Amino acid sequence: MIELVGATKRFRSASGGVHTAVRDLDLTVAAGEFVAVVGPTGCGKSTTLSLVSGLEPPSHGRVAVNGREVTGIPDGVGYMFQADAVLPWRTVLDNVALGPRYRGATTSDARDRARDWVGRVGLGGFEDYYPHQLSGGMRKRVALAQTLVNEPRILLMDEPFSALDVQTRGLMQAELLRLWSGTGAAVVFVTHDLEEALVLADRVAVMTAGPATVKQVFDVRLPRPRDAEEIRLTSDFLDVYREVWESLREEVQITRERMSGRVA
Amino acid sequence: MSHDVALPGAAAPIDEDLAVSSARAAVRRRKLTVTGVRLLLVAVWLGSWELSATYLIDPFYYSKPSAIWGKLVAWFTQTTAFGSIWTQISYTLQEAVAGFALGGVAGVLLGIVLGRSRFVADVLAPFIKAANAIPRIVLASLFVIWFGLGMSSKIATAFILVFFAVFFNAFQGAREVDRGLVNNARILGAGRAQILWTIVVPSATSWILASLHSAFGFAIIGAVVGEYSGADKGLGLLINNAQGTFDSAGIYAGMIIITVIALVAEWLLTLLERRLLRWRPAASGSHDVQI
Ligand SMILES: Nc1ncnc2c1ncn2[C@@H]1O[C@H](COP(=O)(O)OP(=O)(O)O)[C@@H](O)[C@H]1O
Ligand SMILES: [Mg+2]
Repeated sequence: MIELVGATKRFRSASGGVHTAVRDLDLTVAAGEFVAVVGPTGCGKSTTLSLVSGLEPPSHGRVAVNGREVTGIPDGVGYMFQADAVLPWRTVLDNVALGPRYRGATTSDARDRARDWVGRVGLGGFEDYYPHQLSGGMRKRVALAQTLVNEPRILLMDEPFSALDVQTRGLMQAELLRLWSGTGAAVVFVTHDLEEALVLADRVAVMTAGPATVKQVFDVRLPRPRDAEEIRLTSDFLDVYREVWESLREEVQITRERMSGRVA
Repeated sequence: MSHDVALPGAAAPIDEDLAVSSARAAVRRRKLTVTGVRLLLVAVWLGSWELSATYLIDPFYYSKPSAIWGKLVAWFTQTTAFGSIWTQISYTLQEAVAGFALGGVAGVLLGIVLGRSRFVADVLAPFIKAANAIPRIVLASLFVIWFGLGMSSKIATAFILVFFAVFFNAFQGAREVDRGLVNNARILGAGRAQILWTIVVPSATSWILASLHSAFGFAIIGAVVGEYSGADKGLGLLINNAQGTFDSAGIYAGMIIITVIALVAEWLLTLLERRLLRWRPAASGSHDVQI
């Protein structure tokens, strides 16, 4: 479904040089599969998603979705951004109705579908609120409904819950699993939180410190449906956590050293 | 509900109600005091002016409040040198409103179009800079030559002043649009026109509205200065005529009428702004009762 082969992305840096954000990245994600991508901050995870979404073209290599080379934004892609992307001047309902409206649905049809999704993400009764009247967790629910109302076959999520407090984050993870199960959508979920990755995913790809490339991919053989809160206490979970952390720790270490080198 | 919010309107205990009502009373008292002190300031100012113009300085040059008031009463109850005062007001108002509307629309359209197109913006940048550096008020004289003594030369002056004020803000507003919002809309399926209409225009709205406040002031300045440079009706003509006859009370009276018009326009624009920017959190502390 998603195929990255030798994908490389370079940016021109502010100082006029060239900065490689992603190098020789290989990753395949099948339909219905939930893949988490973990890596240290700034390694190139967001850039990887922007390649898959077609927002940025790769400098080298191949990016394909549904067997077709990505040139524009591919059909059936949903993308939940790291930063809040709900429109502050629209109510919850009208924010969620954006996708169907853009895709040519009538206002009343779009609103009906939006109302359904607002209910499904647990925001029933808040349809007429503006984003500034909601908590951070509720705004994330709006963004989630806004993305899911288009019924994406591929769901890209960029650290969607990292700004939330621990309890809200756990709640949102459970909610995401509930909404995703049975849809058959492929998910690429970027996070720097290994625990979150293991709670959610079938496979976890560990990225190297920047430029990002896939260092290792781990299978997470934990049974589904999962209880997002309970599963982190099982011994199977701790075993796989230890295994993946071993790999991730080195990259985090490298990033830390670079940072302190730059600061000093 | 299972999620992370306190529902609005949850029942408040009695003592909280009490605290709220006493806080409200405190706010009301404060407002009264502020208004009282303001009135006192105005009274002291006008009173000292009146007294010093009667006993110390020459009212021929500086006029005095009672003379200005007399002038206003005469204008409104009888007539001015050029016919009814309402004709003058309506003339100036029509010119200002027409210049404001035309300049506002042109400024918004061009500002947004240029703000969204890097290439056109790059090409036109030096011309815009140069045009902005021109002392535009001087154009009023040119417009009288081009368009004659009628309304159109004043509308042109008001237009030019309003256009630049609005244009720069619309331009800036269109450039500052959050890329994240645009990308999100693209992923959700928006085309270029839809992005312009649902993302760019609303983001630029607060910038544009901010400029409209000063722009109406500019429209009136444009109309009045235009009338100064040559006209057969209008408040600017009235003021110009007062100057010609050394009637300083007349100048002040014209100034007061223009100020009132500008204040009313400001109030209307604030209403419009509230309506359009409903989605924004209330300005800090404006209506909140602090306990
Ligand atoms: N548009 C861009 N222009 C220049 N550099 C960029 C751009 N986007 C990302 N980068 C750089 O690429 C690197 C990886 O960024 P990103 O993918 O956002 O990291 P992550 O999401 O893993 O934290 C960073 O060093 C960042 O500064
Ligand atoms: Mg990122």
